[in-house]
Amino acid sequence: MPDRWLLALVARRIGGALLTLFLVSLAVFSISLLMGGDAAEAILGQSATPEALAGLRAAMHLDQPAYLRYLEWARDLLGGDMGTSLITGMPVSATVLPRLASSLQLAGLTALVSVPLALALGILAAVRRGSLLDRAISMATIAVVSVPEFLIATIAVLIFAVTLHWLPALSSGRTIETPLDLVRTFAMPVMTLACVVVAQMIRMTRAAVCDALDSSYVEAARLKGVSPARLVLRHALPNAVGPIANAIALSLSVLLGGVIVIEVIFNYPGVARLMVDAVSTRDLPMIQTVAMIFSAAYLLLVTAADIVAILSNPRLRHR
Amino acid sequence: MSAPLVRLSGLEICATGADGAARAIVHDIGFDLQPGEVLALIGESGSGKTTIALSLLGYARRGCRISKGVIEVAGHRLDQYAEPQLRGVRGRVVTYVAQSAAAAFNPMLTIMEQVIEPALIHGLMRRGEAQDKARALFRALALPDPDGVGDRYPHQVSGGQLQRLMAAMALITDPALVIFDEPTTALDVTTQIEVLKAFKAVVRELGTTAVYVSHDLAVVAQIADRICVLRQGAIQEIGAVGQILFAPGHGYSQALVTAAAPRPPAQALPERARGQGEAPLLALRKVVAGYGRVDAQDNPQVRILDDVSFQIDRGRILGVIGESGSGKSTLARAIAGLHAPASGYLTLDGLALPRTIKERSRDQLRRVQMVFQNADTALNPAVSIAESIGRPLTFFHGLRGREKRAEVARLLDLVKMPASLMTRRPGELSGGQKQRVNLARALAARPDLLLCDEVTSALDPVVAEAVLDLLVELRGELGLAFLFITHDIGIVRAIADDVMVLYGGVPVELAKREALGTGAHHPYARLLMDSVPELRPGWLEETPAGTTQQDRRPFDGDAACRFFARCTAGRVSACQTVVPPLQALEDRSIACHLELEALLAGARR
Repeated sequence: MPDRWLLALVARRIGGALLTLFLVSLAVFSISLLMGGDAAEAILGQSATPEALAGLRAAMHLDQPAYLRYLEWARDLLGGDMGTSLITGMPVSATVLPRLASSLQLAGLTALVSVPLALALGILAAVRRGSLLDRAISMATIAVVSVPEFLIATIAVLIFAVTLHWLPALSSGRTIETPLDLVRTFAMPVMTLACVVVAQMIRMTRAAVCDALDSSYVEAARLKGVSPARLVLRHALPNAVGPIANAIALSLSVLLGGVIVIEVIFNYPGVARLMVDAVSTRDLPMIQTVAMIFSAAYLLLVTAADIVAILSNPRLRHR
Repeated sequence: MSAPLVRLSGLEICATGADGAARAIVHDIGFDLQPGEVLALIGESGSGKTTIALSLLGYARRGCRISKGVIEVAGHRLDQYAEPQLRGVRGRVVTYVAQSAAAAFNPMLTIMEQVIEPALIHGLMRRGEAQDKARALFRALALPDPDGVGDRYPHQVSGGQLQRLMAAMALITDPALVIFDEPTTALDVTTQIEVLKAFKAVVRELGTTAVYVSHDLAVVAQIADRICVLRQGAIQEIGAVGQILFAPGHGYSQALVTAAAPRPPAQALPERARGQGEAPLLALRKVVAGYGRVDAQDNPQVRILDDVSFQIDRGRILGVIGESGSGKSTLARAIAGLHAPASGYLTLDGLALPRTIKERSRDQLRRVQMVFQNADTALNPAVSIAESIGRPLTFFHGLRGREKRAEVARLLDLVKMPASLMTRRPGELSGGQKQRVNLARALAARPDLLLCDEVTSALDPVVAEAVLDLLVELRGELGLAFLFITHDIGIVRAIADDVMVLYGGVPVELAKREALGTGAHHPYARLLMDSVPELRPGWLEETPAGTTQQDRRPFDGDAACRFFARCTAGRVSACQTVVPPLQALEDRSIACHLELEALLAGARR
């Protein structure tokens, strides 16, 4: 029976996340105020008459105090209205949602590849601690972490697209009909992104499992005659769930916000590139929306990891 | 004599040092064990006793390797077995009860799941059968709620119960040999007795063959048939319990027995009457301390110390005794100014002593010094001994340069350490030496009162004896007063002038040392005294302690008397509603509702 104390604990975590999101929205709004200059001026250009400017400002509510504009913006955002792009004049959602979908697709595929790989390699390294395999994995993860992703991406393009002609260099504008198309389209971006996130996850998983394997209860289990596989899966791993969930969340949060370079290099139509484009065209509503999406995704992952850690701990589940 | 069940000969275990070179930490160990026999491995830390015991499971800890010798248990040649074969032996033929069951139980799995695991993985029983057997063992080990305890998680069960649950886990496969590795060391004395009684009953009933690892000769005397004395990885002497206890042959065995025997009480300083109008050195009046929010009536949310009043005169040693969680350490921290009391007040020489370090003058700080329990963590590992001791010399007395050096040398001499160690760092010293340095640092301030918090509990018996001797000597030379905190009533009896028994943050008895063991006592004080193992076989069967089910949390219920839930002395209705009054006699005062005759009756029980 989940007792009220536990529910309160989980509720507190979620409340904390919501509060953080609120503070982030304040920051996003005020920063965009600072960098925005005057949107009306930007739209009408330098030759605009003062009357026209004033009219547009009133129409865009730019003449109102900032806190009122914030409230209005936040209310619209909660209602799903992300505003109108200053550049295209179309609703922001019309641009963002498809991009978000394809970004999630990329992130999801990368997670699908990298999480099992990282868990398997991390656990393997922990179990075979000190062996050649462990050292090889350590070296490889350090090497991969230290190489910037744009270099990996560029080299991948050079090898697989330019020299070998196995894979297309660009990812956008292709129709996907067969599973092979899917693999061909996503292979390089997913591989490059996986390189970015997998190393950190492997190292954290290894550390968490090593900790658990060093504990007295694992020694006690070993002295009961428990087999190595059961030792890891039943005795050590459940105790490592909390740290591992956090490592996964932190690594995956990189996937949404930190893939700018990847999306640019592979010309992949995701939200990160949208952000870059929006900044260069000073498209304020777009910038705000994308920034909020990044933050919300990050908070969602981290909070989910926290809740997993809480729920997996019997000390918190059964007081 | 039948063929031995266990045969160990020429055993050598190597450890790989930091430099990568292997060196033997256990050499040439050999002994036999007959079926049904209990052999104790005894020795101080580093003697190799646990390492040898683990080798009977074919197991060596990380960095160690069984390099030579024959290990045979019930026909299995463990020294020749490979890992998969060893897995078949562990948990089935040989089982293990760890020192800290609290750490050895997996926090993520229920107790039942872990207790029946050996039976299931070795394919000995079906789940239902195993659970039935586990419940039967819980009952045999006198666990409360034997049918329900298995469904709980380890953190929901007390340490003493976990230790017994671990024994159930070790017995569920009917093993040929059980290894008990210091199974009661981490427990309070009163809990230790309950666990020991349960172990002994089960071992006798099932005719279990066991190896019992311990550093405590008195505990071993209760449960073992033979004793094997170890030192630095080698056997010093092996013999029947009676022979080792009463006619030890080897010099080291003699030293162990001497250290384990009750110390003769230290000579008290001649008690001089306090002069007219002279205040006690330190007095506490109605001190309340705790954690959490403090309400309008100055009551903290969690009370660790509840209405504590006592005093210490110059040159006296007050022994404070109680189990873990009784508030002993909080008391020392409150006096030192590290934990501000929520209400009540302290006086030093009759003048008010501020609650926190910040508010105290440098002279007040100097006069009350603390010696911490764990010298390993109390000394800065990056700083030389001379600097550690020298800092208070500069801070309190402004000593520098040659003067300071000379004073450090004098202090080291005072604690019987060569001045040549001055330039060493703590890492290069032994445990006993570190505790002496710790003491010298406190003495450097030239205090009037030393607060000693379990200063000998991390030390091996022989070393602890020497540190106690030193304390008594210092008291004689310097006229210091001590607040000596310990969980060991034997130490209190040996060195204290006055004794305070704490239970649940309340002083339940204050007595002169001579009063201990005679006349009326608080039921908890009596339980404590009855729980200290004596150095003779058969004591465990005689002591009245540990017979009733006392394994309950200290603060069960809202009874006004904190000891109510565990009290066996015959309760009265007032126990639940009225805070027990302090009944003052000539040489003791007891906080209990019972008539003195009833408390005396306990003595004759």
